[in-house]
Amino acid sequence: MYQGKNETPDIKKLEELTVSIRRGILSALHAAGSGHPGGSLSMVEFLTALYFAELRHDPKNPDWEKRDRVFLSKGHAGPGLYSVLAEAGYFPKEELVTLRKLHSILQGHPHREKTPGIEISSGSLGQGLGAANGAALGLRLDGSDSRVFCILGDGELQEGSIWEAIMTSAHRKLDNLVAWVDYNNLQIDGTVEDVKGIAPLADKFKAFNWNVIEVDGHSIEAQLKALKKARETKGKPTVLIAKTVKGKGVCFMENKAEWHGVAPNTEQYEAAIKGLCIVNGPSKQQAENAEA
Amino acid sequence: MSALKTREARDGYGEGLVKLAKAHKDVIAMDCDLGRSTRSFRITEVDKNRFFDMGIAEQDMLSTAAGMAKMGKTVFVNSFGVFVTGRAFDQIRQQVSLPKANVKVCGSSSGLTQGADGATHQSVVDVALMRNLPNMTVVVPADAKQAEEAVIALYDVKGPAYLRLSKHPTPDYIPETPAFKIGKAQVLRTGSDICLCGCGPVMYNVLAAADVLEKAGIKTGVVNFHTIKPLDVETVKSLAGKYKRIVSIEEHSILGGLGSALAEVIAGLEKGATLLRLGVPDTFGESGSGEELLAKYGLDTDGIVKSVKNLK
Ligand SMILES: Cc1ncc(C[n+]2csc(CCOP(=O)(O)OP(=O)(O)O)c2C)c(N)n1
Ligand SMILES: [Mg+2]
Repeated sequence: MYQGKNETPDIKKLEELTVSIRRGILSALHAAGSGHPGGSLSMVEFLTALYFAELRHDPKNPDWEKRDRVFLSKGHAGPGLYSVLAEAGYFPKEELVTLRKLHSILQGHPHREKTPGIEISSGSLGQGLGAANGAALGLRLDGSDSRVFCILGDGELQEGSIWEAIMTSAHRKLDNLVAWVDYNNLQIDGTVEDVKGIAPLADKFKAFNWNVIEVDGHSIEAQLKALKKARETKGKPTVLIAKTVKGKGVCFMENKAEWHGVAPNTEQYEAAIKGLCIVNGPSKQQAENAEA
Repeated sequence: MSALKTREARDGYGEGLVKLAKAHKDVIAMDCDLGRSTRSFRITEVDKNRFFDMGIAEQDMLSTAAGMAKMGKTVFVNSFGVFVTGRAFDQIRQQVSLPKANVKVCGSSSGLTQGADGATHQSVVDVALMRNLPNMTVVVPADAKQAEEAVIALYDVKGPAYLRLSKHPTPDYIPETPAFKIGKAQVLRTGSDICLCGCGPVMYNVLAAADVLEKAGIKTGVVNFHTIKPLDVETVKSLAGKYKRIVSIEEHSILGGLGSALAEVIAGLEKGATLLRLGVPDTFGESGSGEELLAKYGLDTDGIVKSVKNLK
């Protein structure tokens, strides 16, 4: 069981976990032969900080009433969440390689009824924040101190329904809600700014009466600091706008739209596994580039 | 069979779109961040300015398309079938179907053979949704060549349409004759005992099943109902008079699709064939390969044969 709100976790240990979590993502996708590496890899540092330090939850009792709720709105990044859930002990890691196969508990997109630890079914973009608002309102009505975290894609923010929900969260002063935006500036057809720009994103959220924190999405420490600030902010919902790199941690996938929705073949998989390391700070590739 | 070159219906769609765009300046394509997958992006080979990536915003895409159609454009809007019909249903209803706007709603990666993405991505009720809207033409091509013919033919239907496309690969197996014509079912085989009526790439399995049944001495007719709406009612009536049993086969829920459309006609006849509907029973899909999922719901060759033999 995790009580959460851990302000002095062993950062080094958390960073080491990210390597194992990325390995899990890659082995799942490789075994499946299809799926979405880019957006799964970009949220690993956040999910690690969340599940292993901030969140109150119990992997042995996924329906624990007092748990905090995590809503993955960008459902295609399911493998990222699956790997974290396996790491935390919701189900055996061996399940990861059944991803996307017939009868698997790990569906191509999250399925509430099939996977322990999954709160909402998602995959059709634009719906998670509304559901998170509903859950936050329900918890408030019940006098619960549980909180709700919602993970959004930056491309996903093009859905109008997200902006309807953004207004609801602020209007209802949902300070038990934290949204996390994976601001990797990539979607399928290209960069978010080219396809249909969302900048200036922080200003937009501010204008919609949110507490806005901009954060380095690949620094565990920065995530933890931001999560603490979110926890302490009253009367407003908080959004963490996380600057991330799509495909983070696998040098040949980083910042490439082509790696949005293709699984690595065996050769690529082996290369990716070999190159895994702690990415907190500049990635291995970035360091190599700097040396060259 | 594996030696035959296979293509996906969406590839034929892309070919057709390019040809149309070359021939007609009013042809526009819009997409919601799936331009390569749906093949709509290919219109840029003809004219970059006639492609609009609307971002992940299906409702906005449909409203924008309706506005463009008012300005005399023929707008092909694209996404996965599940999103373009589901998320934007009310925009299609009020801004496309009601005012008869010249918008062609193209639903890609439809049906079970969407595959491993799972329940949220498998569109198995899209035909039901679109068929129930007045003024809509609904076409489900059976192979890539037919998809190309369909997109070109739909240009001449001045008004709203739904084109259901698939990424399930098959050879181009539908014969040249009888030629594709919107609203006219294609009788591919004539029999006397049982008639298999289907649509979409699953027709490939239907034809293979008919071969097996013939060998077992069951005289099997096969009809391709590529147009679900307007339904070829005359052909349905004549089939219902000629055969004792009709079997509908579709990669769609048995509620509201081709099977239901046939049932609506057959139920009104004084006497005629009984109908068995094969498809997805009232349930969501799940992850798996397209072939596995077709087999699970009895839509592979074996499954169709078994269902027919059970009738006897
Ligand atoms: C309603 C809807 N439209 C389209 C899609 C297809 N789709 C899946 S992922 C994706 C791009 C998502 O980009 P982004 O939100 O930026 O996610 P990330 O970069 O974190 O992977 C699209 C268009 C979908 N899943 N849902
Ligand atoms: Mg993105």
